[in-house]
Amino acid sequence: MASTQTPSAVAAPRSPYARRRTTRGNYELYSWVFMRASGVVLLVLVFGHLFVNLMVGEGVHAIDFAFVGGKWSSPFWQVWDLLMLWLAMFHGSNGVRTIINDYAQKDSTRGVLKVLLYLATVIVVVLGTLVIFTFNPCPPDSPANLLPSICSAN
Amino acid sequence: MPTAPAGTLYRGREGMWSWVAHRVTGVLIFFFLLVHILDTALVRVSPEAYNAVIGTYQTPIMGLGEAGLVAAIVFHAFNGIRVILVDFWAKGPKYQRTMLWVVVGLFVVTMAGFLPRHLMNVFGGGH
Repeated sequence: MASTQTPSAVAAPRSPYARRRTTRGNYELYSWVFMRASGVVLLVLVFGHLFVNLMVGEGVHAIDFAFVGGKWSSPFWQVWDLLMLWLAMFHGSNGVRTIINDYAQKDSTRGVLKVLLYLATVIVVVLGTLVIFTFNPCPPDSPANLLPSICSAN
Repeated sequence: MPTAPAGTLYRGREGMWSWVAHRVTGVLIFFFLLVHILDTALVRVSPEAYNAVIGTYQTPIMGLGEAGLVAAIVFHAFNGIRVILVDFWAKGPKYQRTMLWVVVGLFVVTMAGFLPRHLMNVFGGGH
């Protein structure tokens, strides 16, 4: 019966319309833009990396401590590799995050997988960054034949 | 079993399978990247430790793995450009299928440039 209906059951007329927030900010938009922007930069960085390390000279056979030490004695390759490390790790982590969101249906599974992913990402990015900047191409007490040529110059 | 509606952009055929390939290659590259940063970090331990581990990358089996890795990267890179064009270029969605065959063509050309050189380094002489 209409007469017994309490007034609170129906929204008062002219009450201000409150839009329900269905998203939490523009995070996914920024992530989408980041994937495209970093992807273009990574194409240049990774193709350059592959060309110098696999195509020039003896290719993969030339890679050893002296090769890496020689490269990282130059700020150019330090910056190149640092940029590649950061962009590739965040591009890759963000891609795997998308895949976890798509396929892990249980909230708990999704949470655990993402915590593991973020943990691995942070550890690897921090480790890689520290290695690039604290690396000594001429460690003392190492056999000279294993070191880059710049070490014997002085 | 209901049939898929006709005329959608990304259902079945080239559109969907290139998306699948993009995901699969992306995940492969990501896990290689984790390992690759960890092995490179060994330069901070000692020249001997780094050389010992990188030496295992210079075997014929790993050489083939590297060829597969480069193939995955090259596809992911070129198809990524195609995805960007589908998103930002007004005619991108219309030509997404054509662009996939351009991606495949560029992939073949790039691998034809890379594979002989790499396989000669891996199998021809060296260590």
